[in-house]
Order: sequence, then C-alpha cells, then structure tokens
Amino acid sequence: MSKALLYDATMCIGCKQCEGACAQQNKLPYDDKVAAESVQSAHKYTVVMTKDDKFMRRLCMHCEHPACASVCPVGAFHKTAAGPVVYDVWKCIGCRYCMVACAFNQPKYEWQSLNPRVRKCIMCPDRIASGKPTACAEICPTGATKFGERDDLIQEAQQRISQSPSTYLPRIYGLHEVGGTSVLILSSKKVEEYGYPSSERVGETPMPEYTGRVMEKIPDFIPVWALVLGGVYWVSHRRDEVAAAEAEQKNGNNRNGGAK
Amino acid sequence: MKIKLTFWKIVFLVIMALGLYSTFVRYYYGLGAISNMTDQFPWGLWIGFDCLCGVMLAAGGFCMIGAVYLFNVERLHSVVRPAVLTAFLGYLLFIVGLLFDLGRPWYIWHQLIYMNPHSVMFEVGMCVMAYTTVLFFEFLPNVLERFHLNAPIKWIKKIYPVLIVLGILLSTLHQSSLGSLYLIMPSKLHPFWYTPALPFLFFGSAIAVGLAMTIFESTQSAKAFGRHLELPVIVELGGALLVALWVNALLRFEDYFHRGMLGQIIKPSYEAYFLWLELTLAFVIPIAMLSFKKVRMSPQGLYLASIFTVLGFITNRLNIALTGFETYVGHHYLPKWTEFSVTLMIIAMGFALFGVAARYLPIFPEEEHAVQQSPRIEPGPVSVTAVLGHAGD
Ligand code: SF4
Ligand code: SF4
Ligand code: SF4
Repeated sequence: MSKALLYDATMCIGCKQCEGACAQQNKLPYDDKVAAESVQSAHKYTVVMTKDDKFMRRLCMHCEHPACASVCPVGAFHKTAAGPVVYDVWKCIGCRYCMVACAFNQPKYEWQSLNPRVRKCIMCPDRIASGKPTACAEICPTGATKFGERDDLIQEAQQRISQSPSTYLPRIYGLHEVGGTSVLILSSKKVEEYGYPSSERVGETPMPEYTGRVMEKIPDFIPVWALVLGGVYWVSHRRDEVAAAEAEQKNGNNRNGGAK
Repeated sequence: MKIKLTFWKIVFLVIMALGLYSTFVRYYYGLGAISNMTDQFPWGLWIGFDCLCGVMLAAGGFCMIGAVYLFNVERLHSVVRPAVLTAFLGYLLFIVGLLFDLGRPWYIWHQLIYMNPHSVMFEVGMCVMAYTTVLFFEFLPNVLERFHLNAPIKWIKKIYPVLIVLGILLSTLHQSSLGSLYLIMPSKLHPFWYTPALPFLFFGSAIAVGLAMTIFESTQSAKAFGRHLELPVIVELGGALLVALWVNALLRFEDYFHRGMLGQIIKPSYEAYFLWLELTLAFVIPIAMLSFKKVRMSPQGLYLASIFTVLGFITNRLNIALTGFETYVGHHYLPKWTEFSVTLMIIAMGFALFGVAARYLPIFPEEEHAVQQSPRIEPGPVSVTAVLGHAGD
C-alpha cells in the first residue's frame, strides 16, 4: 500500500514548524532568514505561504506517475512502492530535464555548486521505511499535515468535506491531477492562488503518457524503417547496377565522384 | 611564414578569447555564475541553440547521404563530402556544448550504464552517440585518402551500405525525438508551439534546413576557397528546398487548423509577434523568393533564400525552447553574455575546423581547386576559415 500526505490548509496555523523539521531531517540550513523565504529552492524543500491570513504548503506532489522519473535519461528518480519519489544523486548527470518536465516545478537546482544536485522533497523515505511518519507530519501541532495510507487519507478528506461543506472547496487537489499524486490538499481557497497549476491546466492524464505514446512505437518503427531504407537502397542501386558499381569504384578511388 | 591580421581573423581571436574566459567561469564558478538560467528557466540558450538548432543545422549530412547513396542521385555527389564533414563537426560540437550545459558533465558516461528506456533524452543521447560514430566512419575515408591508406578504405566501402542505412535510421529517430522532448510539457509550453505533431515538425524542419545548409555551405565555400560553384547542383537543391518548405508550411497549417488555433495565431500578442517572425523568415520570404525561376537559377538568390530558411527555423526552435515558456514562467529569459560567448566560441570552432579540414583533406573535388571563377557573393564569416587555412602558408 502506498503512503501519502494530506495537507488541510484550513487547519494550518502557519507556524512553519514543518519547514524547520524538514530542514533538520535533510540537513539543510534553517534560520530566520530561510524561514522568511517564501519560495522553494535547493535549500528549502517545502514552504508555507500566507495569503489573506490563509496558509498553503508546497512540496513535491509525489505523483503516482512522476514525469521527473519518466524523463530522466539515467533514471535518477524513481517512484518507490511505498509512495515517495526518490533521487539518486550518483546517477544524475545534471541535464535538468526533470525540472522542465515537472508540471509542479518541484525539482530545484544547486546553481551555485560545481557539482550540483537536483533537490526536492523526497518524502522522508528512510523514516517511512522504519515505520515513522514524515518529519513534517510528525511535528505538525494541529494535524494539518497528516501522514497515512493514501486510500485512508482520501476517505478522510472526503468525510471532512461532507461534514463541513461550508469550510472546504469541494475538491481534493491531487486526487486526479496528472493521474493522482501522493500529496493531497484540502483548502477553502483555490490552490491556484498560491501558484499551484490549475487542474484544467495539468489535466488528469499522467504526464509520461504524452511521450509514452511516441516512445512505445519506436521498437516497432526501427525494424520497419530499416527495412524500408534498405529496400530503397537495394532498388535504387539495382535499377542501375552498372552505374552503381561504377560509382562505388569511383568512390573507392576517390575524388572525381560524379562531379564532372 | 607571415600571419596577416584580417578583420575576420581578429573577430575570430576575440571570440575565442571571450569564450575561453567564459569557459573558465563555467568550470570555476558553476552554472549559476555563467548563465541566467534559474529554477524557473532551467533550460536556456545552450539547449535552445547549441542542442536543438545545432542538430538541425547538421542535418545536411543525412539529407545528402540519403539523396546520393540511398536514392542514388549521382548528380549531387560533389556535395556529399562537405555535408558529411559539416555533420560530423556539428555533432562533435553538439557534444562540446553538452559538456557546458550538463551540471555534472563528468558523469556523462552514466548514460551508458544507467539506462531509462522511457526517457526521450535517453533515446536522443544514444542515437546521437551512435550517429556520431557512424559519421566518423563516413568521414574517415577523407583522412585515409589523404595518407593513401587504401586497405582500410576498402574495408569501410564494404560496410558502407550498412553505415548509410544506419545513419539515416538514427537521424530519423533523433531528429524527430528532439521534438518529442517537449511532448511531456503540455501544461507549460505555449499552445502555438506545443502540439502532438512536434516530432513530425522537427523531422520536417531538419530536412528543409539540411537542404538550405548544403546550399549555404556550397556557396560559401565556393567563395571562401575560390572554388568553382556547381550551379546545377545547388539549383537542384533549391528546387528540393522549395518543395520541403511547402511541405513544412502545409504541416504547420494543418496542425493549427486541426487544433483550432488559426484564429489565435493572427491575434497580436507577445507570442504571436515571435511566431510571425518565425513564419515570415522560414516560409513567406524563402517560398516567395524560390517561386521565381530567376531566383531559383541564380547563386545569389539561392544563397539568400537558404539563409532566410535557416534563420527562420532557428527562430522556430528558439521559440519552442525559450519564448514558448515565458508566459508560463511569468518573466523573460535573456541569456547572459557569457552564455552567448560560449555559443559563439563553439560556432567559431566549427568554422575553423571546417576550414582546416577543407584545406588539408580531399573534401572538395580536387581538380577544381585551381578554377577561380566563383560567383560574387557577399563576404561572410566563413572567410575566417579561409584566412585560417591560409595562415599555415
Ligand atoms: S511533483 Fe514533480 S518532482 Fe514531484 S514527483 Fe511529481 S513530477 Fe516528480
Ligand atoms: S538533472 Fe539529473 S535527475 Fe534530473 S533528469 Fe537530468 S539526470 Fe535525471
Ligand atoms: S516529507 Fe520529508 S522531505 Fe518532504 S517536506 Fe516533509 S519533511 Fe521535508
């Protein structure tokens, strides 16, 4: 069963303890200056944003079908069975395709480094493996960030919406977006106002399908096309065998070719 | 040995000096210091120009190999060698460009051991690697001939049909796959440029530009090396270019038509201006020019039309790689001067290497070196190569 995080913006008090816990967990610097930064970066995996006294968290969505993993030429990203989309820095060659491909702009880069890494929330895979919740969920004082089974969290989210329909917008962001994600968001304000891409924009099709449709044809295309090319070669050289033989010879003895 | 400092030579030296400085910045201070790339704009000029355009500009190699060896069009034989040389250099320089752009270029070999077959970039990488090897063997006879090594030439001749088929197969794959790279970004790339037809459009434009580049390069080298220009050859290429441009234009039109975009592309907007520029340069001007028989038969006309075509499709690819993301990101990206300077250095290296190869290797039909009746053409940067070539005298 795959794990997930449910973030309920209406319960969030903006204490930013998740930011601090995440930084500690991932050995990132954290002080007042970093806390004041309202954008994610290579040293800030998650951020709590404020707008009109309402809060919103951002972090990697841990897509069920992650674009970042599908595009990486060396497979440095992969979706684990437990839910997290993790990164293997050793494999990474630094092409940054993952950054361009992610519909949520989650991977960030160490632009100042000479041996840069891609950085993003990795959903504390070590903690999950040892049966603990993620650092951000564990520290959250109100339960706004909740860790659990994805299916259970979806049910709970649906319950919360039906119990207080006046509080919530009737949607769970991440339930269907890009084919579903392991981070689910409930809120009273549109997540789009905080920079999340709208559901219409990202759609419900898993991103890797857009390239998959083309990629899956390639294994069939190669032999067919090779045969066609070989056939054309054979026919065009056959048609005028004498001329072809002559041309070959000319090539062999170089230069003069068909130039005259 | 007297070294004369001409205008183009000074330009070349300045470009190389600035380029070397930028190279130092790149490897001593990192990508952040040398470029204006950011987390919002992770791909900049180097991907847009050096990679997307570079591979397109080197397409002449497989176009000419295809025409001459696959379809056996003997008449065009004289342009094969320069086209293969350009392609070979183009791909080598593409790899040099990658070494600048990759954040961890020292791990580039990981591509060979950690393979992700779902990744378009993996496919492009493998094809480019294999194709550069094929081009090496297609180019090698030039060197072998120079040193009169006939035995290995015979051996290469034997596998030539395989090299040709393999080369065209690989080119088809990676030229179109460069377009597929963007298929995964439907929510980011502007709808003027995002279309499921991207792989087809990339392949189509590679052929048009391959033809245009061959015309450009034949005319330029005729000028630069004082060679006789084979008018019938470039006239024939000009005809093919006209057809290729029409096919491309039709593809673009059908794409916009089926996606219901025709109304939007004529409405003024930031993206529309760039689109209009691209369409004018790539289609309107060269198609209009080449439709006149007089232009199609004159070296200057063909030369100009090919330049417009090349500029047009370069604009197209830069629009896809850069302009098309600006509205989504919410701000503009303008490359830093050091990014330009690396790109310029790579181009300059290309011209210089072409000049050296053309001078010392049997690239052009030999008996024509003596003939000095090149048509009058405006001087261009290729003169650098001529100058450089002569520097060794
Ligand atoms: S949100 Fe982006 S980085 Fe995170 S798993 Fe999805 S595609 Fe990957
Ligand atoms: S930057 Fe690294 S992790 Fe991202 S796609 Fe490239 S190789 Fe993969
Ligand atoms: S899941 Fe872990 S890595 Fe991700 S934001 Fe929470 S603490 Fe940070």
